[in-house]
Amino acid sequence: MSAAPLVEISHVAKSYRRGVQIVPVLTDITLEIGEGDFIALMGPSGSGKSTLLNLIAGIDRPDSGELRVDGLDITRLPEAALAEWRAANVGFIFQFYNLMPVLTAFENIELPLVLTHLTRRERRERVGLALEMVSLADRMHHYPSELSGGQQQRVAIARALITDPTLIVADEPTGDLDRASAEEVLSMMQRLNMELGKTIIMVTHDAHAAGAAKAIVHLEKGELIDGKFR
Amino acid sequence: MYLLKLIARNALRHKLRTILTVVGLTIAVLAYGLLNTVVDAWYAGAAAASNARLVTRNAISLVFALPLSYESRIRGVDGVTLVARSNWFGGIYREPKNFFAQFAVSDNYLDLYPELVLPAQQRSDYLRDRKGCLVGRQLANQFGFKVGDVIPIKGTIYPGTWEFVVRGILDGRDETTITRQLLFHWEYLNETVRKKTPRQADQVGVYVFGVSNPDDAAAISRSVDSVFKNSLAETLTETEQAFQLGFVAMSNQIIAAIRVVSYVVIVIIMAVMANAMAMSARERTVEYATLKALGFGPAFLALLVFGESIAICAIGGSLGILATPPAASLFKQATGGVFPIFNVSVETIELQAACTLAIGLAAAIVPALHAARVRIVEGLRAIG
Amino acid sequence: MAIPLAYIARNLWTRRLTTTLTAGGLALVVFVFAAVLMLDAGLKKTLVSTGEHDNVVVIRKGAETEVQSAIDRNQASIMEMHPSVAIGADGRPLASKEEVVLISLVKISSNKPSNVVIRGISPTGLGLRPQVKLVAGRMFKAGSSEIIVGSSVAKGFSGTQIGEHLRFAQRDWTVVGTFDAGGSGFDSEIWGDVDQLMQSFRRTSYSSMVVRLAQTNLFDRFKADIDVDPRLADEAKREQAFYSDQSKALSTFINILGFTLSTIFSIAAMIGAMITMYASVANRVAEIGTLRALGFKRINVLAAFLVEAMLLALVGGIAGLGCAALMQFASFSTTNFQTFADLSFRFILTPTIVVKTLAFSVTMGLIGGFLPAMRAARMNIVDALRAR
Repeated sequence: MSAAPLVEISHVAKSYRRGVQIVPVLTDITLEIGEGDFIALMGPSGSGKSTLLNLIAGIDRPDSGELRVDGLDITRLPEAALAEWRAANVGFIFQFYNLMPVLTAFENIELPLVLTHLTRRERRERVGLALEMVSLADRMHHYPSELSGGQQQRVAIARALITDPTLIVADEPTGDLDRASAEEVLSMMQRLNMELGKTIIMVTHDAHAAGAAKAIVHLEKGELIDGKFR
Repeated sequence: MYLLKLIARNALRHKLRTILTVVGLTIAVLAYGLLNTVVDAWYAGAAAASNARLVTRNAISLVFALPLSYESRIRGVDGVTLVARSNWFGGIYREPKNFFAQFAVSDNYLDLYPELVLPAQQRSDYLRDRKGCLVGRQLANQFGFKVGDVIPIKGTIYPGTWEFVVRGILDGRDETTITRQLLFHWEYLNETVRKKTPRQADQVGVYVFGVSNPDDAAAISRSVDSVFKNSLAETLTETEQAFQLGFVAMSNQIIAAIRVVSYVVIVIIMAVMANAMAMSARERTVEYATLKALGFGPAFLALLVFGESIAICAIGGSLGILATPPAASLFKQATGGVFPIFNVSVETIELQAACTLAIGLAAAIVPALHAARVRIVEGLRAIG
Repeated sequence: MAIPLAYIARNLWTRRLTTTLTAGGLALVVFVFAAVLMLDAGLKKTLVSTGEHDNVVVIRKGAETEVQSAIDRNQASIMEMHPSVAIGADGRPLASKEEVVLISLVKISSNKPSNVVIRGISPTGLGLRPQVKLVAGRMFKAGSSEIIVGSSVAKGFSGTQIGEHLRFAQRDWTVVGTFDAGGSGFDSEIWGDVDQLMQSFRRTSYSSMVVRLAQTNLFDRFKADIDVDPRLADEAKREQAFYSDQSKALSTFINILGFTLSTIFSIAAMIGAMITMYASVANRVAEIGTLRALGFKRINVLAAFLVEAMLLALVGGIAGLGCAALMQFASFSTTNFQTFADLSFRFILTPTIVVKTLAFSVTMGLIGGFLPAMRAARMNIVDALRAR
């Protein structure tokens, strides 16, 4: 792939407070992810895989360590700057789609573009392209409640793509889908990775879903099993 | 803009909840408006009063009259222009619940009240008929009095059954003028009373007089009172407005209670609204977290909540404001003669609007803070 | 098999903010409802309790209040000689000829003048009203410019403490005592010597007369004789009825205002309860499905949510009633529309009011919670369990 890794995680640790107890979730994680990689993070429940994903996506902060994305140490960014960084650099795919129920498919996909300076027409063009890519152009004016699980996830994928982000993070993207829809979503993600060169980091407990990725990283009790990976 | 789109659609999400809230707001704003109007109505007499007219009454209380001989002495005071007599008659028309004001007044009384409009022909007819009376337009409308009708009134202070012939209808110059009253000749009262109950003769309830310069009112009041100091009936002179406000002050505790209650209703609906907004915000925690993950800031989320609250309040508040004038009409009809003037003032409407805004803001504070402060990771895990 | 009360109650506790806001709104409504009832009860008690059952008040026909009335000396003498009038220990009739006028005094709460009743009484006047007791100072001396004031007047108007002077009708009147009339209308009056007051006010006739009946059943005869006597133009009423009639307008006003307000407020509160209960149901769809699957019937679910709504309302109701009960420490005084005189009365909490208020409160909960409870009961088990 490319010379410098896209994501550099160095000695990152994170724990949560549960009442008076401090529960460590991640201990001394060091990992590199290259541009164009498609990684699956696997592990039993409580292994810290979702937490690691949250840290990479910039929606949580580590207690110690550094996290660089495309050279920028995001752990140093103040809240508002981090939000701006996310808007430009991260695309999210959630297990339960997390679409706005009051917005149509089109508007849901358009939502991240609201934070940019594009004109209405420019936004409309981009959304049109994204809809094409996920084959949902005929349903663009439907509300999430009118779409199946698989279709909602495809809308979410389109939304994740729309700002042309550096990274796409997916947390159990097929967790709520039936077999056929899951296949559809996974193959769409593979296309994004192969054809558009998108770097994807996916958390899953489903071995079959993990098989769609190019590489698997295992976590157990907050530690990487395979050690440093490249 | 997306913000407005989201606000509007979120407001319509829970149709039942939104409808209930809007209905509640409408009722609350309407009730507030009506109660405010009731308080205003109490002050109607003071609002219609003039600072260029002064009232002289017996210093002990209104229950005591002043001698007729005082009239020329008041007129003799510097700055006094025209002196009229007025006796509260307080009679009953058919039944006590048909209450309206009746005054026995001297003929020049009308000259002091230019806001009471009377056609010249009716005026001369009235002056010619000693048993004649003038009724205000509102009174005439309520009981169907027409010129030529004979109105029987049962006296309470001045015993016996009295009959007056309607010789004219008084119109008010503007909507603050009180036209729910009956005026008749003081001379007729006096001559009748002299025959039946002589001790009540040559007694004047209050003197109403005009002054050449309203700015001198306080000084002229003092002058008039000093004329009668240490005499048999000491006087108290004040502007007509002060005189009317005196009546209002007698019921001040009731008025204060009504004012308090009008704000209680606003507080009640504020609690209902706050509750509704809090529930909505709690249910949308996952959405707020998602928006934050996508890069929207806390200000955006707070505006989302404030916007929805204000939008719903604006609808309910507007309906309440629109419903107030017709409701006031109904209320006036239902309460008969208790409030001669019952108009919804501009100030009331302004207050209603201000309360609506206050409710919208106050109800949204806590949920807006909650939305703004959502922590992304916890929020995403929340159950809707 | 009913759903346990503890489960229902704990649900309210779990969603504390919502419960507090809803119960708070209900509490305010209940407070206003109870306060109005208490005020009216206070007004009634004050006026109904004014006077003795066997006392009769005589005023001129056509006059509605003592202030409007006039009875000349002849008429008064004729009436006190009537056989129905009791004879006192001194052999003289138990009758008091009285002069009632209003004077303007400055009320402390508004700092503006209000009208206060001044009643000139005959020597028999105090004895005719055993409910009136001197609590400070002494009785005024006959033939003097001394007066005694009722406890409400002493509290509410300036210049009415013992030793102070009130000036009216060209004389200084000295306050020599304070009396307590057991919360009746007399507490809002000032009493003095009838002859002195009449002289000062230049009155030649009395306002009214109060007599004690020799026997209570002699009232009808007394009233009828007075009515038909051509020398008299007067009418007689039992004292208590006389005073209670004088509060009709004020009482009606308070009742109408209170009823209107309570209706409006209760609608707002029921809407609040409805919103809360609908949300409560919506949040526990899976729970309801589970309960039904476990074997609880629809009626159990309906009852559970109705009980939750009524419990919520009861909490609000008790809170509101508690605050209203505090109003008993406040007194209320306003000008009685009919008599034009200042009247002081209190907020009185009777057991009936407590029952009515709690019933009102629970009913609001019942009505507000009914539709949401129906929705919960009508749910389909399978759909409910499938909901996320």
